Amino acid sequence: MNTIIAIIPALPFISFLILVLFGGKLSRRASGWIGAGSVGIAALLTIITGISLLNSVTGEKYYTIILWKWIHAANLNAEIAFRLDSLSLIFCFVITFVGFLIHIYSIGFMEKDEGFTRFFAYMNLFVCSMLILVLADNILLMYLGWEGVGLCSYLLIGFWYKEPENGTAARKAFIITRIGDTAMIIGIFILFVSFGTFNIQDIMQLAQAKWAVGSSIAVITAALLLGGALGKSAQLPLQTWLPDAMAGPSPVSALIHAATMVTAGVYLIARTNVLFSLAPAVQTVIAIIGALTLLIAGFSALAQHDLKRILAYSTISQIGYMFLALGVGAYSAAIFHFMIHAFFKALLFLAAGVIILVLNEEHDIFKMGGLRKKMPAVFWTFLIGSASLSALPLVTAGFYSKDAILWFSYSSINGSIILWMAGVMGAFLTALYSFRMIFITFFGKTNTEPSFKAGILMTAPLLILAVLSLFGGFVELPASLGSVHLFSGLVNQVLPGVVIKNIENMEWLFQLISGVIALSGIYLAYRFYYRKPAYMETFKNSRLNHFFEKGFEFDKVYDTVFVKPVVWLAETDKKDFFDQLNISIAKLALLGNRVMSLTENGKLRWYLLSFAIGIALILTLMMTQ
Amino acid sequence: MAISGRNAIHSLLFLILSLLAISVVFYLLDAPFIAALEVIIYAGAIMVLFIFVTMMLNIGLEKKQEKRWLNPRMWIIPSLLAAILFIDLMLALRNMPTTVVGKQLILPKQVGISLFTTYLLAVEIAGILLMAGVIGAYHLGSQKKKVLHRFLIKK
Amino acid sequence: MLTVPVETQILFAGILFFIGLVGLLVRRNLVFMLMSIEIMFNSAGLVFIIAARHWDQPDGQVMFIFILAVTAVEVAIGLALILQVYHHFKTLDVDAINKLKDDNS
Repeated sequence: MNTIIAIIPALPFISFLILVLFGGKLSRRASGWIGAGSVGIAALLTIITGISLLNSVTGEKYYTIILWKWIHAANLNAEIAFRLDSLSLIFCFVITFVGFLIHIYSIGFMEKDEGFTRFFAYMNLFVCSMLILVLADNILLMYLGWEGVGLCSYLLIGFWYKEPENGTAARKAFIITRIGDTAMIIGIFILFVSFGTFNIQDIMQLAQAKWAVGSSIAVITAALLLGGALGKSAQLPLQTWLPDAMAGPSPVSALIHAATMVTAGVYLIARTNVLFSLAPAVQTVIAIIGALTLLIAGFSALAQHDLKRILAYSTISQIGYMFLALGVGAYSAAIFHFMIHAFFKALLFLAAGVIILVLNEEHDIFKMGGLRKKMPAVFWTFLIGSASLSALPLVTAGFYSKDAILWFSYSSINGSIILWMAGVMGAFLTALYSFRMIFITFFGKTNTEPSFKAGILMTAPLLILAVLSLFGGFVELPASLGSVHLFSGLVNQVLPGVVIKNIENMEWLFQLISGVIALSGIYLAYRFYYRKPAYMETFKNSRLNHFFEKGFEFDKVYDTVFVKPVVWLAETDKKDFFDQLNISIAKLALLGNRVMSLTENGKLRWYLLSFAIGIALILTLMMTQ
Repeated sequence: MAISGRNAIHSLLFLILSLLAISVVFYLLDAPFIAALEVIIYAGAIMVLFIFVTMMLNIGLEKKQEKRWLNPRMWIIPSLLAAILFIDLMLALRNMPTTVVGKQLILPKQVGISLFTTYLLAVEIAGILLMAGVIGAYHLGSQKKKVLHRFLIKK
Repeated sequence: MLTVPVETQILFAGILFFIGLVGLLVRRNLVFMLMSIEIMFNSAGLVFIIAARHWDQPDGQVMFIFILAVTAVEVAIGLALILQVYHHFKTLDVDAINKLKDDNS
């Protein structure tokens, strides 16, 4: 069983190699099915391993395997070693299963695209890197996966490279996440220097033993690792790349920017939770960042008119919820929300992809409308996804996961009423913008006609994900509703349980409040966007709306503060000393050429003269030797 | 005289004079056959060819141009070079072995025998060379009237 | 019949050669240049005859005959070329024939 966990990331990698080396000679069907099949088999293996882990007789809680030694220099040792415990099992399951569905969808979606094989090669490389990230036993290998997903994100965002703005968006994503990665690698350096090992479990134990709670080195390291997580997960202040990353194809947005890569930050913090519990200040910062991000992103989503950008801001907002949960110590709630979010967000992105494809690349929701009757399957699955996103009470999985976070944001020892209020406000906004999406896109007059009907390859994944969005939440029911703790039981094998304040269990009250908030959000969306009263038009043209639409003008701030000075510096430095040195070498060569060409003037007598001079010189030299 | 003259024909006539002088030198060098050959072929045929072509091209009429081109300043560097080479030649000749071989006249008969036995192949090749020269000179000398467009006629 | 030492004879031929060389370098008229080349050819032949006498063999004179043949051909072709040049460039200035120069372009 231990070796199987090594095969899980290897399969997509082998598929990547096959597609890269032989992709030109394979037919489209073959490369599509190789790409999707490898992830599918990986999903199967994950399920098998998971079942085996859950039912293990000997009570072992994890599987490890050391493949080979990677770096072996003095006392710097790193191996390629994988470890599957319950946390990585959940992540693996989501990555491979949702990834498999997305790959199937892509076979239909990218059917007419000329970069078909390239797409699947990149996607497989991505799945492999993400699996390495979550399965890694030492932190350096995790960083390898981290960088790998960053690379694949760049490649896939800029997939349609012939449009320059896609390349710009890809570069923006890469550079901003790079800032986070730099912080993270410095954190890794500090960890290595302090403990001499890269193995995550060893680091956790040693940190627990050696570092005091609240000591400055713990705070610094935790803050640096947090920086890395912020970059990858698009939280404040590094969130500006995710809306622009929607330039990539919809399956890419679904896989990378909804379900997996952006949750790498969540995984990192969960994995290294010991460090964060040793630095309570940083944990509080995580919670605050999560709360702020979810509010800002929620407001911004309200003003977008590009369908995928709404979903992008929604993703930022939902990951803000996960960070909020991590910040108050509710690790299992965060992971639970991660899983459910992966289901419905992937569903939403895939459905959005179908809509955009069928409407001939129309992204603006105000140019859509009335698709309810025209595309029923897409409508119902989209509705289920949005309902889950808005945490519609009791029926959707999103309700259970988001509700757990809201409850713990108040009741945890590190939680407070302010955090809870931020979360509730965010839930209201979520319901508002997601049903805004539904009403504007699917109801009303049809502005753009669908040009064809989506095939089974694209519709089947939507249906499966819709089912999961509805019923996936039943593995974790709160105490007031039946108290099923399958999920948290699994997660708490690895992660610490949440510590609750000493208060009465008022969870049912909080559930009631959040249910009411969600329903009122839906109702207001109905009033504003279905009935469309006049004041909506004035609001749409207002400055506040514009401010929201630009994502609170973060891009402009970064541009003025960072980008413009650097560009100015580069421009003025064009003629500095070293450049002059290089130019003068070139000028010297040109001068030499001009001088030499004087001797090439085509005059016969010059040449004769040079003959005669040459002979004279040679003979004189010979005679006087 | 030959090289410093301004009139082409005069220079050519001076050249013929020098060739005749060389011929006499040849005679003094125990080579009477070669002396006769020099006069006949060199001065007689080649120089005559030169003079014909010069007369045909009317070169000698350009006295002023030649005067302009031949200012004394032009002579300095070539003369210097020639002097250097001359000194080199003298240095080279210092170590010549002085053999005293009996000097007698070399008769045409000897030259003839040597030509047509030892150097027969070279004679044939020289014949081919002469033929090539004839054909080449014929082709190069023939002129087709070129009809240029009136915009292309140089003034 | 001559009791001049060999070195002097060769030096005499050398003087002739250098006169021809100077003439070649100085003159701008093509015909004159050809004439100077003739002088140089002549001096080379003179050296051969000197050598023939020195070594008392007829081979030098044979060589001179060949030189004569070559000179004849060379003059013929050279004059034909001069004719072409004159008809093309309308002048016999050798400095005008500089189409092969490096224009630095």
